[in-house]
Amino acid sequence: MKVLVTVKEVVTVGDEFEISGTEIAEQYREYDLNEWDDYAVEEAVQISESEDDVEVVTATIGPERSDETIRMALAKGADRALRIWDDDLEATETLDVGAKAEILGAVVEAEDPDLVLTGVQAEDDAFGGTGVALAERVGYEWAAVVNDLDLDADNGVASVRRELEGGVEELTDVELPAVLTIQTGINEPRYASLRGIRQAQAKDLDVKTLSDLDVDSSAADSALDVTEMYVPETESDVELIEGGASETAGRLAEVLREKGVAE
Amino acid sequence: MTDILTVAEHRRGELRDVSFELLTAGRELADSTGGDLHVAVIGGDVDAFADDLNREGVDRVLTVGEGEEFNHDVYTQAIAALYDEVAPQVLLLPNTVNGLDYAPALAERLGLPYVPDAVELDLDGDELVATREMYGSKVATTNAVDAGDGVAVTVRDAEWPVTEGAGEAAIESADVDIDESAVRSTVKGFEEVGAGDVDITEADLLVSIGRGIEEEENLELIEDLADTLGATMSASRPIIDNGWLPKGRQVGQSGKVVTPDIYLAIGISGAVQHVAGMKGAETIIAVNTDPNAPIFDLADYGIIGDLFEVVPELIEEFEE
Repeated sequence: MKVLVTVKEVVTVGDEFEISGTEIAEQYREYDLNEWDDYAVEEAVQISESEDDVEVVTATIGPERSDETIRMALAKGADRALRIWDDDLEATETLDVGAKAEILGAVVEAEDPDLVLTGVQAEDDAFGGTGVALAERVGYEWAAVVNDLDLDADNGVASVRRELEGGVEELTDVELPAVLTIQTGINEPRYASLRGIRQAQAKDLDVKTLSDLDVDSSAADSALDVTEMYVPETESDVELIEGGASETAGRLAEVLREKGVAE
Repeated sequence: MTDILTVAEHRRGELRDVSFELLTAGRELADSTGGDLHVAVIGGDVDAFADDLNREGVDRVLTVGEGEEFNHDVYTQAIAALYDEVAPQVLLLPNTVNGLDYAPALAERLGLPYVPDAVELDLDGDELVATREMYGSKVATTNAVDAGDGVAVTVRDAEWPVTEGAGEAAIESADVDIDESAVRSTVKGFEEVGAGDVDITEADLLVSIGRGIEEEENLELIEDLADTLGATMSASRPIIDNGWLPKGRQVGQSGKVVTPDIYLAIGISGAVQHVAGMKGAETIIAVNTDPNAPIFDLADYGIIGDLFEVVPELIEEFEE
């Protein structure tokens, strides 16, 4: 059995940042494995640990810099990795859902996995659609926002729970092959061990261009253009309580007492 | 191609609010194209749903009586068929958990550009400009897309008001053939999470904790505070994901919606999914080290400070 995990290296932003054009200014960017994808990797590795003969492959669309993030996924237990990048992708500012589904669709066709796992959404652009669009593109079944997975590989069925709004879960059976988008909290992602990190250095990390995958370079053209980025203005009438800890706690206690707390 | 097609959402016999928000957003778009607003409802008691969806500004309600609950294989087939019949300029869908389970597939199937999670929409001729948030709502972006050959858009819930007034729509049962062999997923049922634990929706005073607590052992500090104040403890998503508190304690879109007299948010930044669950609290008090945290936009009282310094002092205030 083969499990493909599509992962993304995301830009993370701290409390202080500036915007340059339609992007976060370079000096404020940090890069990390997308949090949702971390849970997807963990889920795949757990499947490989509980079943025999499972290969876990990761696929990423990203520049050379993302090798570091991919190595972390390998260190956590993925068997090998693919990274897709070329000049056309380099020249593109935004890759929308349709573009990613087309590129990853070619990966699915080449790898022919039984199960594809990916995060519900990326922390940075928050499109939240790539997994499900990918499933449709390659003719796989799918389930979005999965927070529990019980795999019956012999019968080709994944029994999942989908996390709906308002504390309700939907129990659904999905035929394999399928793409599942994984919600945070489904498992407890491991930290990479030193041994895992060492082993990851020896694992295959293949870099492929769009033409290697027989994907037309037009796949890098997105329908969606980000034309402006700004910090949204907010209207707030918060009463800020300022001062040292004892002073602010004292004032807060007053507010709480006025409202009848602990009286 | 000037019409707008939207799709209602229902669960366990009830239309969800987002359905009526979609009517508002859909009417705005139809006003700018000069076209009609069509709303489809698929599965469940479609006739009762259709009557309820017949609200101000709706031109046509299309019913597809197939199944009881949402199933993405049925929805994608049915909506693709209705899309061909209506030929709308904009296919307008909800960015809900179920929306995430069919909208991207539908856009892919129909070959439409996909614009997810819009909080504002402006359609000018063939150009659609959508405002979206990125980086956990730290920034907003405007996104332009050529909608000349159609576009699929999903809207964030609770961004548009619901449409209330009665309408004069034509209600039609749509003739849609569902290929059962292409239905390869089965919804077996639903389950409420957190049964048997304290019901946080009943609490008057909630002390709610977020990522700022850093480590599980630090939760004791918040438990002390809750005990001292006679409050119930709740939490934002990361605390639940880490397994530090049971699922029934989660406040937010995927957790519980709470409306206590006082909501004391400690170390919670206030992501939109969390805010969806607590914005109805009468008084919101926030303690957070980040002065730019979105929770302060919503709070009545705010302390910009370290919870590990403020909370022990606060406990002391009430122990005296």
